[in-house]
Amino acid sequence: MTPSDPSTLNPQLSAPFAAPGGATVRPVHDEFHGDLLEVSLGPQHPSTHGVFRMVATLDGERIVKLKPVFGYLHRNHEKLGENTTYLASMPYTDRLDYLCSMTNNWAYALAVEKLAGQPVPDRAQYLRIILAELTRLVNHSCLVGFLFNDLGTSFTPLLYAFREREKILDLFEALSGSRMMHNYQRFGGCRVDPSPDWLAAASKLVDNFPRFLDEFEELLTGNEIMLARTQGVGVLPRDLAINAGITGPMLRASGVAYDIRKVDGYGFYPRFDFRIPLGEHGDTYDRYMMRILEMRESVKILQQAFRELPAGPIMDPKAKIRGFRPKPGEAYGRIEGPKGEIGFHLISDGGPNPYRYRIRPPSFINLTVLEDMCLGHTIADAVVILGSIDIVLGEVDR
Amino acid sequence: METLEEIRTRLLARFPAAQVTLITNPGPAAEHSLLLDPAHARDIALFLRDSPGLRFNYCSNVTGVDWPDKEVVETTKTSVPDPAGGPDKIVETKTKRLEPGYLEAVYHLYSMELKHGPVILRLRTANRTDQVTLPSLTPVWRSCEFQEREIFDLFGVVFNGHPDLRRILMWDTFKDHPMRKDYVAPDDFEWEPTPHGDVLAKAQKHYPAPAAPSGGPAA
Repeated sequence: MTPSDPSTLNPQLSAPFAAPGGATVRPVHDEFHGDLLEVSLGPQHPSTHGVFRMVATLDGERIVKLKPVFGYLHRNHEKLGENTTYLASMPYTDRLDYLCSMTNNWAYALAVEKLAGQPVPDRAQYLRIILAELTRLVNHSCLVGFLFNDLGTSFTPLLYAFREREKILDLFEALSGSRMMHNYQRFGGCRVDPSPDWLAAASKLVDNFPRFLDEFEELLTGNEIMLARTQGVGVLPRDLAINAGITGPMLRASGVAYDIRKVDGYGFYPRFDFRIPLGEHGDTYDRYMMRILEMRESVKILQQAFRELPAGPIMDPKAKIRGFRPKPGEAYGRIEGPKGEIGFHLISDGGPNPYRYRIRPPSFINLTVLEDMCLGHTIADAVVILGSIDIVLGEVDR
Repeated sequence: METLEEIRTRLLARFPAAQVTLITNPGPAAEHSLLLDPAHARDIALFLRDSPGLRFNYCSNVTGVDWPDKEVVETTKTSVPDPAGGPDKIVETKTKRLEPGYLEAVYHLYSMELKHGPVILRLRTANRTDQVTLPSLTPVWRSCEFQEREIFDLFGVVFNGHPDLRRILMWDTFKDHPMRKDYVAPDDFEWEPTPHGDVLAKAQKHYPAPAAPSGGPAA
């Protein structure tokens, strides 16, 4: 069942409410329409993935306005970053998006290395790619599990995903000492060199991962309820996705080939052979498929990285650990995180602390179009659409 | 991609009345930026987004930066002849000058179509107190919507033409702007009727004790 046009699938989709550009409330006062009903979803609600709140206005069952409310987890992370040294912010970046600490670490290390003109040895570059792609596997498999939770499967796919995630987290724990808060990257390299045993175990896990994906897909991809609930739901048009700064799998589900791994070619990604999956309709189903296909590409990158991993130092011997003071200037470093473009904008005034420390959070900016995608749908669909955006509130609220 | 200098020439040819200044970045990253005057910022942004060859259709990151008032001490050296006939005396005179601060909004632009970037735009307010208005670029790039709200919330820049300018991370009744450099955190985050201990010490540091009333009760 592959519909060419999502709107033919669900005739209600081209509802009169789905106006572009965020035109929201449509006050109608005739005998067919009752009063608008305002529903506050969250912040304490299991389907909002944390303390996130949506204020939805309903006309009958259809959403005509939806305003996200942020800030329940706000701790002014950026101010904390300005008041500590560069290296002391590294463990804080773990807490941003606690599912992908390794990529947060890498984005921050990349920005500081750009700011200070710090080179990174080859082995560390490969290790970074290995850990970032393992993080992508963790994040995407969890996302699929949570998405199915939102669809009402009551934990079965999530536990399949968590089984695989635990294996990867065990590897992370063996390497960095912590399951989720890795604090692994350093400016100019990595903190610990993995042992040959670790590499063998990781390589074996990666080789077995496609089997899990096959199992997962057999269970989920063709599922009829899943197709009915996701195809044609929450369509994000291509132009809006670009204009609203959407990044990551969500952007590529709308058919825009923009992956920072290819565009910027940071790290050693240009040496790797992988493809960028693209969606066609930009609906929830495509966003789900993007994750599955990206995991398969990540497996390819990982296998190549384990084959080619060079020997050598993992830290640049000239890297300065203590008394690190970059020259005055500014830098914006960005990488392709599992959720989208995660970037750090740093301004240095020559002191030990950054003058300005700004995080470009992918899931926060991806939420810009939440209202546009939900208009004309029901509350139950809004929950699924939110699940397919893939947010982590530690990063949204910072 | 054209260099920033070429983009600047193109902008000046298209908008002769606009002021576009190239701001160099001395660091190793060498990401230079263009300072725009607020009056023409939105037209220039539209031009950058739509003109062929540039097509910066993706505004990735919007940041606020606070630059407080700076006191600059300038030293001038003058030589005064020694009346006793010795070598000339060098006298240093120091003059203090107050450099007014400003709030800044920084936009990082990329092109998803031509896959180039970044071009960094900067907008500056006139000062930090009463003239803090900048034109909003949300009508040009929707991705600025939440980020400009965040700058309004945390820095206090008012964006003209923003469709929904409200506080986003702090609560609506919050008064100050926490990301400003001179922000003072409240002495007690949970109000207590009789402050004591650390809270009292902080409060006494931040608020000078009221002048002792004459003939008041003894302590």
